[in-house]
Amino acid sequence: MNPRTSTLFDKESKLAFWMLFPTFIIVFAFIIFPVIWNLWLSLKPVSLGDLRGNSLIQFNLTLENYWKVLADQDFMLVLGTTLIYTFSGSILSILLGLLAALLVQGEFPGRNFLRGLFISPYVAPVVAVTFTWSFILDPQLGVVNWFAIQQGFLDQPIAFFSQRWLELDVAGMALRIPAALTSVILFEGWRYFPFAFLFILARLQAIPNELYQAASVDGASPFQRFFYITLPQLSTVLSTLFLFRFIWTINKFDDIFLLTRGQAGTKVLTIKVYDYAFGEFNIGAGSAVAMILFGILSAFLFIYFRWITREE
Amino acid sequence: MSRERIERNILRVLRIGGLLFFVAIVAFPFYWMIISSFKSLEEMLLRPTNLWLDIWNIDFHAYYEVLIDHDFLQYISNSIYVSILTVIFSVTLATVGGYAVTRLRFWGRTFMSTSILIIYMFPAIVMVIPLYVVFSKMGMRDSIHILILVYLAQTLPVALYMLRSYFQNLPPEIESAGLIDGCSRFGVIWRIVIPLSAPALASVSLYTFMIAWNEFLFAFMFLDTPEKFTLSRGVVQLAGSVHLSKQLVMAASVMVTIPILIIFLFFERHLVRGLTAGAMKG
Repeated sequence: MNPRTSTLFDKESKLAFWMLFPTFIIVFAFIIFPVIWNLWLSLKPVSLGDLRGNSLIQFNLTLENYWKVLADQDFMLVLGTTLIYTFSGSILSILLGLLAALLVQGEFPGRNFLRGLFISPYVAPVVAVTFTWSFILDPQLGVVNWFAIQQGFLDQPIAFFSQRWLELDVAGMALRIPAALTSVILFEGWRYFPFAFLFILARLQAIPNELYQAASVDGASPFQRFFYITLPQLSTVLSTLFLFRFIWTINKFDDIFLLTRGQAGTKVLTIKVYDYAFGEFNIGAGSAVAMILFGILSAFLFIYFRWITREE
Repeated sequence: MSRERIERNILRVLRIGGLLFFVAIVAFPFYWMIISSFKSLEEMLLRPTNLWLDIWNIDFHAYYEVLIDHDFLQYISNSIYVSILTVIFSVTLATVGGYAVTRLRFWGRTFMSTSILIIYMFPAIVMVIPLYVVFSKMGMRDSIHILILVYLAQTLPVALYMLRSYFQNLPPEIESAGLIDGCSRFGVIWRIVIPLSAPALASVSLYTFMIAWNEFLFAFMFLDTPEKFTLSRGVVQLAGSVHLSKQLVMAASVMVTIPILIIFLFFERHLVRGLTAGAMKG
């Protein structure tokens, strides 16, 4: 390398360093450092009471928190709930998004308005929509229960967000549905379908019209065109959406916390983190659960990318 | 009738039914939120299934009570302050950083660009505990400015990534001309890059505003003093303190929802681009 370009390179590097420095500091202090600090906390026997001492910086590491957390009798239940919630919530939101995108596709009056309307659950603040749904489905004051009883669909109100099991009698078959968990998953589908909707709609518009025309000429019916053209064209965006939704749903805390506080069979790992850290004041155990969550997420990413690369 | 015609007709009926279903499930909660906020307590208890709002009996009492008695005027101004400062800092830093990542050559540049989004995958709950511990220890947790820094960290990686994708499509020739004419790098950013990137900057600003305005978890964990509450934090506080008067909670929810929905409907196109940016290339 000749000296001239080398100094220019040095100059640019230096400038780039200063231009990225503030961003780097903020991201390091508020994201990377907490993640490392979390690992540290998970290996220490700490509680909120220790905050004042200097025990936080002593090298007395132990796996005690992990053993305590794994030995907890409802740990497996929480893990199972997390996986059911994450899988069903992700898939439901993608299916609803796909359906909505197919409905809005094409030109018709009011299309832009509908598109805007369909995105509002995703844009509205989580506190507002959770309280509104809790109110609508409230067993005492909610319009849904009142209406169902008035019309004779129900004998007694259903506590959608605080009842663990709902016994149903469908054509002589006794069904037992996890009421609160189902409600929370349905909420998840309602709130996050717009995300899938936007991506799928953008992808639908990018499918070349010639494909459909050629298929029509060959005598393919609308349903055949959907299954042989649209779906294969969407496969990449659908699997990417599943990746994103899975990551964000497994990491979600706000929605369940605001709807049920993790009661009635809806306790997921993120709520468990909160329960340990701020309910039992056991910061170490909370951090350990956070690390386990992180581990599950990494395992999922590993399998996902393995599978994707094998497909290609 | 041919198969084509039969399927077309079936699809038309399904489509109308489907659209009605989606409109109902999406719009009803917002509709119910708004009309409940205008009902009196008496009306709510006597006719809980009344789906309409009686125009002659619109009751603004809930709004008065929430704004004045429950200090929501203060929370609104806090939320505006937090959101606008987050937008200003996030967009500024992301513009400068995004420019550096796109146009300047430096060691670790590719690593920098790819690691930006990995950061976004870390769950908020993993960060809450350590930050709570550290800021409690330093006695700085209950602060609106620390909250702004948290929001900056949450929005910067995505903002930088979005702007970087946009800058990559700008022709570098104009900037080179500017540099030759004696502009500094910051002069080039200010006079050339920013004017050319107005749509992308609008998307990023809207996205950042939305995240900061809607954020719940950190506001909930960090803020203790009611004078410092953001709207989301205030709504949770209110919902925890009044049990029967649902119209108060609904009025508060309307106040936190309406600004963001209006901004969103007004700038829908930009926000849609902001929400889908980055992942829809090809």
